[in-house]
Amino acid sequence: MSSSHSHLRKMKENILLGLCVVALIITMVPLFSILISIFVNGGNVIDLAFLTELPKAVGETGGGIANAIQGTLILVALASFIALPVGMIAGIYLSEYKSSRLAWVIRFFSDVLTEFPSIVIGIFAYTVIVLYIRSFAAFAGAVALAIIMIPIVTRTTEEAVRLVPNGLREAGIALGVTRWKTIVRIVVPAGRSGIVTGVMLSVARAAGETAPLLLTAFNSFYGFSGLLKPIASMSMYIFIFSISPFPDWRAKAWGAALILMLMILALSVVVRSVTHGRYPARV
Amino acid sequence: MQNQEKKSNKKILSALLIVAIVIVAIGAYYYSTNAPSTSNTMTSETMNQLITLNGAGATFPFPLISKMSSEYNAANPTIQINYQSIGSGGGIRQFMVKTVDFAASDAPLSDAQYANVTGTSSLHIPFTIGGVVPTYNLPNIASGVRFTGPILADIFMGKITKWNDPQLAAINPSVTLPDKDIIVVHRSDGSGTTFVWTNYLSNVSPDWKQNVGKSTSVNWPVGLGGKGNEGVAGIVTQNPYALGYNEFAYATINKISFGAVQNAAGNFVTPSLESFTAAVQASSTALPNGDSNWSRVSIIDSLSTNTSASDAYPVTSFSYILIYKELNVLPGMDLARARALVNFLWWAVHAGQNYAPPLEYVPLPSSVVTLDEATIKSITFNGQTVFQG
Amino acid sequence: MQTFHRKRVEMKNLSAQPHFSLKATERSLMTRITADKIFKIFTAAMASSILLILVAMVFELYNQSKLSIDAFGFSFLWGTVWDPAITQVFGALPLIYGTIVTSLLALLFGVPLSLGTAIVLSELSPQRLKSPVSFIVELLAAIPSVIFGLWGIFTLAPFLRDNVYPALQAALGFLPIFQGPIYGLGVLTGGIVLAIMIIPTVSAVSRDVLAAVPDSQREAALALGATKWEATMTVMSYGRSGIIGSIILGLGRAVGETMAITMVIGNRFDTFTSLFEPGYTMAALIANEFTEATTDLYLSAIIEVGLILFLVAMAINVLARFIVWRSLRMVRGAVLE
Repeated sequence: MSSSHSHLRKMKENILLGLCVVALIITMVPLFSILISIFVNGGNVIDLAFLTELPKAVGETGGGIANAIQGTLILVALASFIALPVGMIAGIYLSEYKSSRLAWVIRFFSDVLTEFPSIVIGIFAYTVIVLYIRSFAAFAGAVALAIIMIPIVTRTTEEAVRLVPNGLREAGIALGVTRWKTIVRIVVPAGRSGIVTGVMLSVARAAGETAPLLLTAFNSFYGFSGLLKPIASMSMYIFIFSISPFPDWRAKAWGAALILMLMILALSVVVRSVTHGRYPARV
Repeated sequence: MQNQEKKSNKKILSALLIVAIVIVAIGAYYYSTNAPSTSNTMTSETMNQLITLNGAGATFPFPLISKMSSEYNAANPTIQINYQSIGSGGGIRQFMVKTVDFAASDAPLSDAQYANVTGTSSLHIPFTIGGVVPTYNLPNIASGVRFTGPILADIFMGKITKWNDPQLAAINPSVTLPDKDIIVVHRSDGSGTTFVWTNYLSNVSPDWKQNVGKSTSVNWPVGLGGKGNEGVAGIVTQNPYALGYNEFAYATINKISFGAVQNAAGNFVTPSLESFTAAVQASSTALPNGDSNWSRVSIIDSLSTNTSASDAYPVTSFSYILIYKELNVLPGMDLARARALVNFLWWAVHAGQNYAPPLEYVPLPSSVVTLDEATIKSITFNGQTVFQG
Repeated sequence: MQTFHRKRVEMKNLSAQPHFSLKATERSLMTRITADKIFKIFTAAMASSILLILVAMVFELYNQSKLSIDAFGFSFLWGTVWDPAITQVFGALPLIYGTIVTSLLALLFGVPLSLGTAIVLSELSPQRLKSPVSFIVELLAAIPSVIFGLWGIFTLAPFLRDNVYPALQAALGFLPIFQGPIYGLGVLTGGIVLAIMIIPTVSAVSRDVLAAVPDSQREAALALGATKWEATMTVMSYGRSGIIGSIILGLGRAVGETMAITMVIGNRFDTFTSLFEPGYTMAALIANEFTEATTDLYLSAIIEVGLILFLVAMAINVLARFIVWRSLRMVRGAVLE
């Protein structure tokens, strides 16, 4: 009786554990499907012209997405310029003064903001900037991206700095260094690899965002023409090209996706190899 | 651990360095290929000054505007016309809030919109003519399907649901239509193409006129929504047994099947440059001045009662450029940009028309060109006429 | 502060004696404390900008929605008409309905897969495999939404339309949710894409929760004769509130998802019955119609939809974070913050 019962339990266990493994495998399928689709379809399209030329008129073949690559880099660089200082300093505050109630509240809402609908952030940037200056602007897009980046940078900076052993802080104070200098000169540099991780994660996230740019940076078929003017970006091109009927554009959508994915993959791999999974590589 | 930290720091730094180099390289390459050349024929005030003009609006004329912008930029490298096709509804909106330099729309401003323009006048500049055609995706049936107006209205209202419905079969004796559901595709955004299509459906179906109406954005009874002409054409190409409506260029560029539509004379007219031209010639609409209210202008309306225009395609429409008469209401506008814009418009209604026929758009009749010339000449900046001739 | 003043007085009294260094110490003590205070205030101000942004967002959204709120009041939430053309009547029920249905579908498909993955990663796999496998799952999180949409349009939807949906309709077509024409793009496809997108979130947080469960629990269960599976179930029930929190986090992600959904859901304003039909979500409507709203009331209605989305996402995320935070705190026995 007991042996058949334990047989049953064993069988049940094997089936259920097997199902878990199946779940893991099923999870992998879309990932590989996406990566393979991107590499195969995108690879067909990419050549030097694709990377260095402007798009041609619809219906014509040839041309490229050079301005979209440039646009994404500019938007992300500008957004980082705003978000990195703010996020890093905020993260330092949350880590070093973590016992204050203000810190608790900020940390809580910063977490909430990390996975917030980016379209709503886009609406905010539209009403505050685009309507105000009455033009779609690269600057507005950068601000929207910065708002998306700040919570990520804050959180990862906080966790990286917090992991710095207290001994360093105590040593600094013991040597007579002021608290703020201890933090800035000793503690933060000690946590720099975690901070850089956060920077790369937020950059990867910002590079792929589309929804906020729909309402702010708009789009352009030309190169950068000023911070207060519309600008192209890879994510917008992927969106516009993929829902279009022009076969040439649809092919280019895959190419743009490939370039974007390569950027993001590069950042993710560097992050992973640097941190060896020590820091949470996701928020 | 120290060495590992050093190694990973080196890795990070070199990665960032590579990225920075790539950015600078692309930027440098781009700027070097886009630097204004000294051998262009612009006047001295515009030489070496890169001017970007932003427009938005209809997807209907987008293939033509795209071609015009690219050709104009090739001839005038310092002037870039950046046009985004977001739908006529979007174009009108951005025009009204003055976030673009010009807009394009297949639907003229409505009475309310026209009245809302204060401080200066809105100008309608018809710059091309096209046709809206029923596009479909039927395996093994590349062409030859015919529709009547009432049947199209019933399909888009969900009353006719199958391809082999008796009414459709009756007018298509030479085609075997499949026993499949019709996948209706319409616009999800505010669209001048929709305005044109529903204008036609409202004329041929009292039921449609009453329950759905004519507008850039309607309450579609059935179907999938696509964004822009591009989106609708995209969905039609992806889904067998789909039926949508598109500006003709989208059908031809993408080799999508399109059907013939019955006109007021009772003939099933296949969309083509010739049938659109016949439609324009048969419509005797006297056009108002550029700064007047254009909401009543409709080639479709004037065709709907014309029983003698045998070759006219019934769903033909103007596409307009919308611009303000006094350009100083636009932020960031200056005399150089105003000149560039006006010169582009002048070129568009003259030499630019040569690019229309290959894309199956109808070149403007000379009477319309004359009207447009007067409208363009009336554009001012700070009270001063912009066009220099 | 009082100690500081007392010390100053003491030092003044001592200054009768020539102690230059004391004066220097007194001065530097002041600057040190002030500098520290300034630093604290400065960093706190930067950190507070996050709260400022949130507050500004709510304020701006409400401001811009006023026109629509005044026109429709609460009936906006259950209105079923979206007519920007003739009557200018707007209502958000089909949007809310579509958002709820697609999110529930995402949970239905995504949660079992996520939990299975989390269990494998935390309980089953050998140490060597954990890192690369979890890296791959994290890669799924790094893929931008628009690329999910691209893959959805060209790869997933045609595959489902040609291979899966007809079989589904053949087998379960008597249910109203599987009836009607099969488009490929539609609610079910949207739900499946969302499910894939929330897996990284739910599985990662669940894995953290499970990893935080002390080994003593596992060992105790095994010692009492449980199979590996039964021990795992014990661990899961120990961390159940954290897992629930992770599921709600996934829900928050699904609710706010825009690009992928817009590209595959069919964009049709309607309270659908069949899952094969096209539908609409709050986020998809905003993305499609925002730049094209032709009247002020239209734009205000769209922004009001954005406000509703904001509040819903806020509520879900706050709830989720709170539950996860509390659970991790309980489980770890340490203060997380």
